[in-house]
Amino acid sequence: MSDHNEQASRGVSRRKVLECMTWAGTGVLWTVAGGVPQSLGLVGEAKAQGASAQGAGGLTFLQISDSHVGFDKPANPNAAGTYEEAINRIKALPIKPSFMIHTGDITHLSKPSEFDDADRIVSQARLDVHYVPGEHDVIDEEAKLYRERYGRGTKGAGWYSFDANGVHFIGLVNVVDLKAGGLGNLGNAQLEWLESDLKGRSASTPVVVFAHIPLWTIYPEWGWGTDDSARALDYLKRFGSVTVLNGHIHQVMQKVEGNLTFHCARSTAFPQPAPGAAPSPGPMKVDDGKLRSMLGITNVTFRHGQQRLAIIDTPLQS
Amino acid sequence: MNAMTKCSLFAAAALQVAVLAGVTVVTITPARAADATVKIDNFTFAPQHFAVKIGTTVTWENKEDTPHTVASSTKLFRSNALDTGDRFSFTFTTPGVYQYFCSLHPHMIGMIVVEAAAGAKVVQ
Repeated sequence: MSDHNEQASRGVSRRKVLECMTWAGTGVLWTVAGGVPQSLGLVGEAKAQGASAQGAGGLTFLQISDSHVGFDKPANPNAAGTYEEAINRIKALPIKPSFMIHTGDITHLSKPSEFDDADRIVSQARLDVHYVPGEHDVIDEEAKLYRERYGRGTKGAGWYSFDANGVHFIGLVNVVDLKAGGLGNLGNAQLEWLESDLKGRSASTPVVVFAHIPLWTIYPEWGWGTDDSARALDYLKRFGSVTVLNGHIHQVMQKVEGNLTFHCARSTAFPQPAPGAAPSPGPMKVDDGKLRSMLGITNVTFRHGQQRLAIIDTPLQS
Repeated sequence: MNAMTKCSLFAAAALQVAVLAGVTVVTITPARAADATVKIDNFTFAPQHFAVKIGTTVTWENKEDTPHTVASSTKLFRSNALDTGDRFSFTFTTPGVYQYFCSLHPHMIGMIVVEAAAGAKVVQ
């Protein structure tokens, strides 16, 4: 895992790309601490950060992603089972997160039974969950099933914002109305909403943006990027701390660019190959004993008064 | 299980019997050399570009573990999500150039040219 302490201590204007690719993980623990994210490599450190954040009136939340409930192919014949394992991991955390963010692909095929199973599993964590859809959740035209379940109080295809402990959270949808030959798409209506949502907010407000498909271009040959994300990032660049959480690529990948920190989480269902490492980004079959080291959750902790945000990816099995 | 769309019943060769809501439908369709198949594998339509004669039924079959759709760029046709082994068919009755893509993975694109003249040929 990358260490963002150094980044934070040198200030937010420094541009540096940090590589953070590891196959061992369950999820991301995020600690928002007033500024630039920090990722911690060890679960023990995560616990310490979480305890410290809570003591200082901070905030700890969890990111889960790409549960693909309904997937039953060789790469993981029981995606619902590994989702449940992830939720059990969350239940066992010594520091209870304030809420969870699910960055999409809740289901594999948008079937009502898959949404039912996903909801039943996630409810065991007894935490609020803030969702954005993945392309697998909006297979039915108009994304009716997703919006009925998770779209209350949202705009358009399901975008929204909320505040928690002084952090502004924005959930964006980049999986609908996709254009032939293109990548992920936010669309003009959503971008206009984003601009007005951010207008008037203090630049010192920490912002967390979450969406399914990466909002930075990782590998366009596989569709791993969002066509109009540059406009969204332009609205965000004046803020001192912006953390962008994505899923879709089923592997941990991180980049820090100025005030922006991008992070992609693991799936709880199946791994996908590194960019260009296979003919296509389809589900990657690994040895049964290795699978759980490639699935995971992400924990994030925020602490007031510090320009740092801790992101911890934890595998289902180390 | 392969889920065939209603359209594809008409594309299949030989005899098909389907019982739907108590109604028995018997469709007898002679095999036609002009009918064409597009395989979906490795996030690619193959063949990606080709020409068919008017009246040809094209069947897309998903050969991989990721669901895909077949969506016309002009909204002329749009399949449901095709899981592994699922098929979708469409019969082209008007000459022209038909571009399509996967609405879930839009970098996947394909094109079919429908010609008034006989014979299917690969143009690229």
